[in-house]
Amino acid sequence: MTTSSSKTRSNGRTKWLDLRVNGVAVQCADGGRVLDAVRDAGFEVPTLCYDERLGAQGTCRMCLVEVEVNGRVEQVASCTAFAEEGMDVATHTDEMRSYRKTLLEMLLSEMASPNNNPYSNKVGPTEFDRAVEEYEAKWDALPHLRPRVKAEHDENPFIQRDYDYCIACYRCTNICNDWEQAAAITVDGRGQDSSIFTFFGNELIDSPCTFCGQCINTCPTGALTDRKVVSQDISAEDVDRTQSVCPYCGVGCGIEILTHDGEIIGAEPDFTAASRGSLCVKGQFASWEFVRSEDRLRHPLIKQPGGTFRKASWDEALDLVSSKFKDAIADEGPDSVVCWASARVVTEANYLMQKFARVAVGTNNIDNCSRT
Amino acid sequence: MSNSIEELAGTDFLLVTGSNTTEAHPVISLRMKRAVKNGAKLVVVDPRKIELTKWATRHVQIKVGTDIPFYNAVANVIVNEGLYDPEFVEHRTEGFDAFARHVQMYTPEYSAKICGVTPEEIIETAREFAAAAPKASICYTLGITEHSCGSHNVQSLGNLGLLCGTLGVPNAGVNPLRGQNNVQGAGDAGCIPTDLPGYQKVERPGIREQFEEAWGESLPKRRGITKITAMEQMIKGRVKAVYVMGENTIVSDPHANHAEHALRSVDFLVVQDIFLTETAQLADVVLPAGAFAESDGTFANSERRVQRVRPAVAPPGEAKTDVEILLTLFERMGKPQGMKTATDVFNEMRSVTPIYGGISHERLERDGGIQWPCGDEDDPGTEYLHGDEFSTGFPGFFAPVDHIPPAEEPDDEYPWMLTTGRRRSTYHTGTQTGQASGFQLLVPHEMLEINPRDAEEMGLQDGDLLDVASRRGQVTVATRLTERSPRGLVFMSFAFPEFTRTNDVTSDAYDFITETPEFKACAVKISKSARQDEEFKQAQRRIRLAGEVKQPTELMPGMNGRNGHGHS
Repeated sequence: MTTSSSKTRSNGRTKWLDLRVNGVAVQCADGGRVLDAVRDAGFEVPTLCYDERLGAQGTCRMCLVEVEVNGRVEQVASCTAFAEEGMDVATHTDEMRSYRKTLLEMLLSEMASPNNNPYSNKVGPTEFDRAVEEYEAKWDALPHLRPRVKAEHDENPFIQRDYDYCIACYRCTNICNDWEQAAAITVDGRGQDSSIFTFFGNELIDSPCTFCGQCINTCPTGALTDRKVVSQDISAEDVDRTQSVCPYCGVGCGIEILTHDGEIIGAEPDFTAASRGSLCVKGQFASWEFVRSEDRLRHPLIKQPGGTFRKASWDEALDLVSSKFKDAIADEGPDSVVCWASARVVTEANYLMQKFARVAVGTNNIDNCSRT
Repeated sequence: MSNSIEELAGTDFLLVTGSNTTEAHPVISLRMKRAVKNGAKLVVVDPRKIELTKWATRHVQIKVGTDIPFYNAVANVIVNEGLYDPEFVEHRTEGFDAFARHVQMYTPEYSAKICGVTPEEIIETAREFAAAAPKASICYTLGITEHSCGSHNVQSLGNLGLLCGTLGVPNAGVNPLRGQNNVQGAGDAGCIPTDLPGYQKVERPGIREQFEEAWGESLPKRRGITKITAMEQMIKGRVKAVYVMGENTIVSDPHANHAEHALRSVDFLVVQDIFLTETAQLADVVLPAGAFAESDGTFANSERRVQRVRPAVAPPGEAKTDVEILLTLFERMGKPQGMKTATDVFNEMRSVTPIYGGISHERLERDGGIQWPCGDEDDPGTEYLHGDEFSTGFPGFFAPVDHIPPAEEPDDEYPWMLTTGRRRSTYHTGTQTGQASGFQLLVPHEMLEINPRDAEEMGLQDGDLLDVASRRGQVTVATRLTERSPRGLVFMSFAFPEFTRTNDVTSDAYDFITETPEFKACAVKISKSARQDEEFKQAQRRIRLAGEVKQPTELMPGMNGRNGHGHS
């Protein structure tokens, strides 16, 4: 499998192709896929097996479009087909719409209870939900097949697996094996019997799974969900999202902080950031509980004789701090004061901290923990 | 980093040294794994059999603290076989002739003995690196810098970049992977005793005057003191008041007893943090701060990318953001700043920090993260440094550095070498990961990783409680048998200070230029603790260290398996 290079457009030598999508003129880099042209032209087709970080698979067939080039008309999966000069692309003809609806109804026929997906409403309308709604696909349009083999009982605290909602798109196994290269999960069986399994059918905690959560984030249906988030039983429409940056290592992966009613309830990757949707176990599962911890400091504290702390007002605490600093400066000179900034807080606070040392105290005794 | 994270995926050769990347920087390791999948060679130079070695073309298992003889010997091969880039050496560097003479004594045979490897491993690494250059990336982190010769270790890697011209080009570079989310930003902002914002030297003529004019204040002329020096001065009674923001110093710093003693020695200690950390408990005044998810501003990541941090929730109780607290404190000190928001602060910072000149909160909102240096609003930022010339304005100087062994090496009394680092699912001193539910399943407590044959000789089993002592302190920790540790070398992290305060044991030596502590090497002795606890043995059975794979016999239900310490 290769990485998609169609998005690379910074190279001045790139040859550009002219296409039309539903009558809209669009340019696409030579070597780019039809799907890129469709999206650049402002149209959307469902792409249930596609993750831009992985090579196109072309297995779900939902992105099928009609193309006309040099007098020949074909139906192609837009994720795998290359763009060609002069190509005319039609995404939403009656035939294409009907085709997608049938495909969705085939997928629905494999599901135990699509309207009762207990997770869907908590993780928001999934890609699959949105496609079902757009194409008005019906659960009972086709005879029901035996549901997929269920995952083994798996009580890990991070990843919830419910393969009733699996559509065998294999995005989870591809992200795990090709992108993360963790090789924790694999496809077992063929066709209707295919299922997602760990090797030897063990629980994830006994597999090479690192709990990076990337399978959850690429899953288009809610078969894989963040147990910490869904267990809070909050409806997705009541969840707000704030783009930010993971508070752990120096990679600086983009995250979306999930909040409900003024409280932080989870985190997801920010796919628009330079990290391209990647997170590790800390960013996915450890980046928010500490924020709402009971152990957080809520008041300034002043130490009493005897060594215990008492609550204090900001006025009292800051008066004490400033008077002690002033005393030290007056008695021993500004170099008797030392300020240590933090590799954990925003740059703006660090800028103020060094300026505080240099301007308010009058010393260059400012350092941070870059050595430790 | 001189280059960008994404560029790693497109390189032809990766040298990863002193970096347990899959655990300490998991998402950077994805780009390394991608490079290998695309056909790149990966050479991991590391004393431990870390997880990344599974992807490596070659794992060179040097002894702790022998980086310089190894890389000098690599340079020796490159010089003597004529594999260097003569054009780059001539136009971009100085000191080649002296350096070429200097590395003559570091023959592959000579260094191989010091490093505990074969001469062939050195020769092949040199040839592969030179053959791939300039598309050859060197990545390192604290395994290189946290030595008493850390700055020389870095220079020995820099020499290779200068020899083969792997600087100033894409998919290359000599790349330190930064440890903490905003360690880069703290340096950028001037939280360095020698540097004003943007790495402008306090003592360089004209710099201080520029800031005096911009800030309208007279400024101190002499450079300040580092943390290490400051702690010595505290104990000597020369430091009276200390202001610590967001750092659990007495757990994170080496020789923790010393750090604690230092902070207890001052008249007045202020700690500003989100928890009542071990360090905050020593304070006279504790100021409750906002966490990242409550703060407005920016972080700068390892590849110099400035990214927007936004408040999602309000700080709890009466806690305030660090920016608010500091602005109020300025007023109390009689120096009101006339700034209200993080955006005001950033705007002032960019006006005095040329490398941030073109970056603004507004632009970050619109375009996403930007990599400095970014001079003006039209500058897209900089993916890799040193393009046409080195950012210092000087040529690249070869550094003829010599082997300096760790300050403390095993002897009869303290026969084991201890090295410290991180594990994937814990972080630093554990104040944050310790709050995440479920993580105790992944790593429940501190573990001393020891080679199974060493353990066998000592009669140790998984979960046995040990006393680990150095000349400075002693801790109690559970045993973990693993092939990740070579014989004679044991490993611990420092994320469980409530039971195992690892840094009570670590060395008090530090690099004489940067004053970076030698966390990566100290001599210890190990003995079975008087206290034994079934809990640790039980917990140990479920843990899987990164890179370890359980054997089929352990995984198949109904089969008699060994207890969970299979190896890859």
